[in-house]
Formats: sequence, C-alpha cells, structure tokens
Amino acid sequence: MIRQFGVDEFIFILGSAKWTLVLTFIALALGSVFGFIIALARVSRFAPLRMLAGAWIGIVQGVPVLMLLFLSYFGLAIAGLDLPPMIAAGISLSLYAGGFLGEIWRGAIQSVPHPQWEASAALALTRTQQYRYVILPQAVRIAVPPTVGFVVQLVKNTAIVSIIGVVELARAGHLINNATFQPFKVFAVVALIYFCICWPISLLARRLERGVHAGRPG
Amino acid sequence: MPVVRVDDVHKRYGALEVLKGVSMAVERGEVVAIIGRSGSGKSTLLRCLNGLEPIQSGRIEVAGHVLDASGRGLRALRKDVGIVFQSYNLFPHLRVAENIMLAPRVALGLSKREARARAEATLAQVGLAEKIEAWPDNLSGGQQQRVAIARSLAMQPKVMLFDEVTSALDPELTGEVLAVLETLARDGMTMLLVTHEMAFARRVADRTIFMHQGLLHEEGPSEEVFGAPRTPELRQFLSGGLK
Ligand SMILES: Nc1ncnc2c1ncn2[C@@H]1O[C@H](COP(=O)(O)OP(=O)(O)OP(=O)(O)O)[C@@H](O)[C@H]1O
Ligand SMILES: [Mg+2]
Repeated sequence: MIRQFGVDEFIFILGSAKWTLVLTFIALALGSVFGFIIALARVSRFAPLRMLAGAWIGIVQGVPVLMLLFLSYFGLAIAGLDLPPMIAAGISLSLYAGGFLGEIWRGAIQSVPHPQWEASAALALTRTQQYRYVILPQAVRIAVPPTVGFVVQLVKNTAIVSIIGVVELARAGHLINNATFQPFKVFAVVALIYFCICWPISLLARRLERGVHAGRPG
Repeated sequence: MPVVRVDDVHKRYGALEVLKGVSMAVERGEVVAIIGRSGSGKSTLLRCLNGLEPIQSGRIEVAGHVLDASGRGLRALRKDVGIVFQSYNLFPHLRVAENIMLAPRVALGLSKREARARAEATLAQVGLAEKIEAWPDNLSGGQQQRVAIARSLAMQPKVMLFDEVTSALDPELTGEVLAVLETLARDGMTMLLVTHEMAFARRVADRTIFMHQGLLHEEGPSEEVFGAPRTPELRQFLSGGLK
C-alpha cells in the first residue's frame, strides 16, 4: 500500500531531525575535548606526543568518515564489542570532529605571534600560565570562525550514520520515501530542514569572520 | 658586588657562534649602553641575560640568580629582571591595566588590589595614568612602548634590559620614550640598554660597551668611549658607518 506524503510523514521527518542535532551535539562536545587535547599535543615541546597527534590527524583527515563508522560498528562487533548503532555513530563522529577541530585549533594556537610567548615568558609566567592567560585567549578569537564553519560540515556529515540504521534526518527521509514513492517531495523537505539548521550557522560563521578582522570585540 | 655578572659566555645558533666568550659586570644603579653594528650580538646578549636564549657555556649571574647551560631557576631570575623589546609586544586582548597586572598577579601572587595599585603607580611613572583602561591597539607606538616599560616595572625588577626600544618609533615619538628611560636612570635603576641613539647613550649611560663580532671590543665611561675611542673598529663605527 502506498501512503501519501502528508502531515504525519512530515512530522516524522521533522522529529528525526532531533537525532541529527543530538549527534552533532555529541560529536561537537566529545570532539572538542578530544580536539583540544590533540591541538595541545601538536604544539607540545615533547616530540613523540607531537608525532602521535600528527599521525592521528593524518588518519582522520585521510580516511572517509564512513570508514571510521564501519570500524567502530562492524569492526568492534567482530572484536566482540557490540555497540548499539547510536553509540557507534557518536563515537565515530566524535573521532572525526576531534581530528578536524584539533587541526583547526593547532593552527589558531600557532598563529599567535611568537613575541607573545617571549613577552609572557620574560614576565616569569609558567608555560601553563602563558597558555591560559596569553596564548589561548588570542587563539580562541582566531579559531571561532573556522570552528563554527566546521560545525556546518559536521551537521551534514551526520547523514552518513543512516547507513548503520540510525534514524536521523537522512534515514527518516529514506524510510518515508520507501513508503510514499514521492522522492522529490520527501527529499526536498529533508534538504530544506538541513538547510534551516545549517544556514544560520553559516551566517554566524561569516559574521564572526568579519568581526575578527574588524579588530577586537569589547 | 655586581648585580650582573657574565663570565666567558658562548652562544651559538647551529654552527654560527654569536657570542664568543663575553665577560662583563654591572654594578647596582649603573646604566650601561651597548652599541655595535647590526649582527654583533647585542640582542643575543640581552636575551641570554634573562634566559630567553640558552647559552652553551659560561656563566651568567643576575640579581643573585645563576644561569648556566642547564637553564634551571629561570622563573626566579625573570621576576627580578625586566626586558623591553623593540616591538612592544603588549597583550592585545587585554586592556592596559590588565597587561600590567597579569604578571604581578599570576607570577608574584599579588592580590587584585595590590596589582592594580602597581599598575597605577607604574603608569604614572611613564606618564600614562589616564590610559589605564585603554586597549593597546588604540595607543600610539610611543604610548605602547611606555606601557610595555610600565608592565616590566610593575614586577619591581632589580635590573632592566632595553633592546632598541625606540627603533620602531617615528622620530617625534622617540623623545617621550627616551625621557622615561632617563628618569628611570636618574632614579637609580640598574639598566642595560642596547641603542642606536648615540647622543642619548653618551649623556645618560655611565658606561658604554662596544660589541664587535660577538665580543666586547671596547668599553669604558661613555664620555671616553664616544670622546676618545681607542680601537679603529669603534672609531669607524662612530664615524658614521652605522650599519
Ligand atoms: N634565532 C636565531 N637563529 C639563528 N641565528 C640568529 C638568531 N637570532 C640571531 N641570530 C644571528 O645572530 C647574530 C647576532 O644577532 P643579534 O640579533 O644579537 O644582533 P644585534 O647586534 O642585536 O643586531 P641588530 O643591531 O641588527 O639588532 C646575527 O648574525 C643573527 O643573524
Ligand atoms: Mg638587535
């Protein structure tokens, strides 16, 4: 029996957007922690740490997110660790976000001019104090626009987890299409919802970018 | 007893030996100018004095802190030795007050009130009391450099190092910074200053050191060094082949 694409179907799709947002949020939260550690490791004075973090970033950026997803879902299952799809999805997206955020933030930390390190060292600050009071506050300003820009990529990339059966926005569209055979209507709605999530974030990113170049916000 | 004591210090960048066995001593309250050609090692010497550059051999003692090739005890030394650079290096994300208060608070552990009092006092000393709430970017180069001096003074250092602090400034702003240095000197601060301002060095410095190819080539009371240079290198340097 073929259903019509009506209000119920629309609400189902809209409701599933919640999971897209939840996944984005998880990936962003865990990925931030992870990315922060990676960024600090990348600028560490301890060479093995730098290399380890560098290797990790290389892997994450050189491998499709899909492979991270398959590894954490199918791969760990074979190793005896049977993760629910949602968890596997959260983990792989977090790893992906961590790798990219780590690289964005490393760049931000390194673009704080070297004399800022010298001036704060000459004032007898410890390395931790230098980071906390002098380097990171300046790095944050530099990092905010590209970070927000990355969030847009992240929202769109959550679609990939539909492949292991997590019913988020893309998967919901797929299911409804299978029932209604109205692909144009269905996926136009799905696309519109993605757009409504991403567009404001893109706008924000662009505004922040201008703000940074215009100089100091209060 | 000298406040600064440098014994046979050698400093290399890779294969390039920049300091080739420098020895000197500076007494409390003395003002010493360091002059010399570009590349002669003047900045390197100052940077070694507060441990911004490690040395390969020799011994440096500043305000009772000993620096050797191991690089231990750096922070204790830096609490007593201020340095001001050619490029002011203020912290752009902090207002003038916070620029000055940061190190006294986190490195010396002063309370906010004590640190604020120091900021007010040192800003008054450099003639910028009214700029305490300003952002560094909104100050002229001369004002930024004076804030940088105030920031160093707020640590109440025993020795101040100045590396060509007026070289980045327009001529009309140079005077206001030199005036601050001169007041400091008169108030008894122990100072080492690398400078290209020969007239200033001659008038204000008790002693002048001429560096040449990584060595102290000639030194003496400023009046003698400028008035009656003994070595041909110094004579040539003073007679205009500045760079
Ligand atoms: N970080 C560094 N790495 C390699 N070489 C350096 C470094 N810093 C300085 N040098 C070299 O050391 C030598 C001395 O430099 P230094 O900055 O001490 O000279 P200076 O007397 O201060 O000159 P100027 O009057 O131009 O400031 C120069 O040949 C310079 O190129
Ligand atoms: Mg120099």
